[in-house]
Amino acid sequence: MTLINKNAKQLHAPIVSNKRVGQYHQIIINIGEVAATCKPGNFVAISVGGDSSRMVLRRAFAISRVSTSSAVGGTMELIVAPHGQGSKWLCQQGEGVVLDLVAPLGTAFGIPTEPVSVLLVGGGYGSAPLFGLAELLNARGCRVDMLLGASTGSKIYAPMEGKRSVNSMRIYTEDGSMGTAGRVTDPIPEIVRDLNVAVIYSCGPMPMLAAITKISNELDVVHQCAVEESMACGIGICMTCVLPVENEDGTISNLRSCIDGPVMDGSKVQWDRVGEQL
Amino acid sequence: MSTMDFSTTIGNAWFPAPTFTASGCASSGRELAQFFPLRDMGGVVTKSVMSKVRPGRPTPRMAETPSGMLNSIGLQGPGIDAFLAKDVPYLVEQKARVIVSIAGETIEEYSTLARKLRAVSGISAIEVNISCPNVENRGLVFACDPEASRRVIDGVRRTIGGELPIIAKLSPDVTDLVSIAKGVVDSGADGLALINTVLGMVINVDTMRPHLGGKTGGLSGPAIRPIAVRAVYQVHAALPQIPIIGMGGIASGKDALEMILAGASGVSIGTASFGNPTAIMSIQNELKQLLIDRGFNSLKQAVGYAHRPTEGE
Repeated sequence: MTLINKNAKQLHAPIVSNKRVGQYHQIIINIGEVAATCKPGNFVAISVGGDSSRMVLRRAFAISRVSTSSAVGGTMELIVAPHGQGSKWLCQQGEGVVLDLVAPLGTAFGIPTEPVSVLLVGGGYGSAPLFGLAELLNARGCRVDMLLGASTGSKIYAPMEGKRSVNSMRIYTEDGSMGTAGRVTDPIPEIVRDLNVAVIYSCGPMPMLAAITKISNELDVVHQCAVEESMACGIGICMTCVLPVENEDGTISNLRSCIDGPVMDGSKVQWDRVGEQL
Repeated sequence: MSTMDFSTTIGNAWFPAPTFTASGCASSGRELAQFFPLRDMGGVVTKSVMSKVRPGRPTPRMAETPSGMLNSIGLQGPGIDAFLAKDVPYLVEQKARVIVSIAGETIEEYSTLARKLRAVSGISAIEVNISCPNVENRGLVFACDPEASRRVIDGVRRTIGGELPIIAKLSPDVTDLVSIAKGVVDSGADGLALINTVLGMVINVDTMRPHLGGKTGGLSGPAIRPIAVRAVYQVHAALPQIPIIGMGGIASGKDALEMILAGASGVSIGTASFGNPTAIMSIQNELKQLLIDRGFNSLKQAVGYAHRPTEGE
């Protein structure tokens, strides 16, 4: 039996910087040696609200990138949308504030052993962890193409330096305010065929992941997706973040997206049964 | 070095510290082992296990509420056979002290589960969870019915004989908790676990429907702590010789001390572990120091100390 939460460490880590980038915040945290064990796909669970907070649960955030060689030592970057109480609190914390965090948690994206062609698809700020992944895939000799989508242009997260590791980056917005008007899933079949894509990596809202799974199943291409379910603990003890997933023997189980995910084999997730009684 | 005796006993089971996980809040225990050695706490109370594999309730299963949370898991689990094959041996190997929590849909299911546990080595006690609120039929919450509570405990006691201590986990959602507590003690429970979560609901004002997939859920966390302290105090007053594991929103050593003073011989930590994987160890260390600071020579001296007569009486 493999160890659960194998590399996870709880630490008190200071914020190095917190900058607003469009509708999101880019938060850099000094995590020292822990940075070396973080892989694309992993997430961090952060205590929010301070000691007298009425918010009793940690918040989970995808780690968008780590650096082991920054001026302050190892750091992690988070891209946070100030949506709920916890993420709003985090976005208000400035340089020097010490966070109680647990990282790295969850599964990581699998990296192909051969330098194949891969397609990265991100929805909204879900695209954040794909840039660190793109760097890694690029360094392994993969051809990396990227599709970013959102309802509107201001919700696209696409840092300038992110383009360095990709062969192409196309943007789709539903209202046409940035890039091409349409859904990010529209061009996938054509790209997969034209570039002979071996693996699709995706991160974003569940309907997008479900739509990509439909396409990847039809085209018989591997689909690794990072899911987002609401979590109470992030370490596998609360059983709240489950998704219905097909087992080896064909049966379906509710698996925890914190320890059996967030990166899952899209073809195994039973998207149409999410929220149903198994 | 202090010589304060921090140990506690439930029936014939001895624990070096009075701090436990709460059933359903540590999964199998394995998940927490990365953060501290499981043998360092008083004991692991495992997630309530049933006879068969159980998928649990649909999502969403969780809603954070002010100083608390609602959960609606519905006893998802691997079933007793897989649990005994995988989870218990792991905990025993870690030298953790193990309290196995069982849950059933019928009185017979509890007895069947108890029969399977009878010959298992390495178990310190059995928690009989008769109060999970996340079941389809509220009539199945045995702990809401004095007669059904008695019959479940009686069945388990007859099945396992007199050896293994039985801890009955009760619900605060009743009119007369003391009479239910007395009933299960008369039927053979050696100890009580107080309290299970409080039945609650959150309605999403955007969808304008209940937020949880199971509609209702169990409220836990600091929001329910005064209810738990009251429950422990009332039951200890009526049954001072019966050990109680107190739980409900304990998040600090001070909270744990409050529960001990109310009459608990031990405490379980649940929701606090969701917010902080090392909460149990912090609470254990803080509680020990608070007892020393107040001049207690043993934990046992502090149990129920809030009940002592006022000076001059």
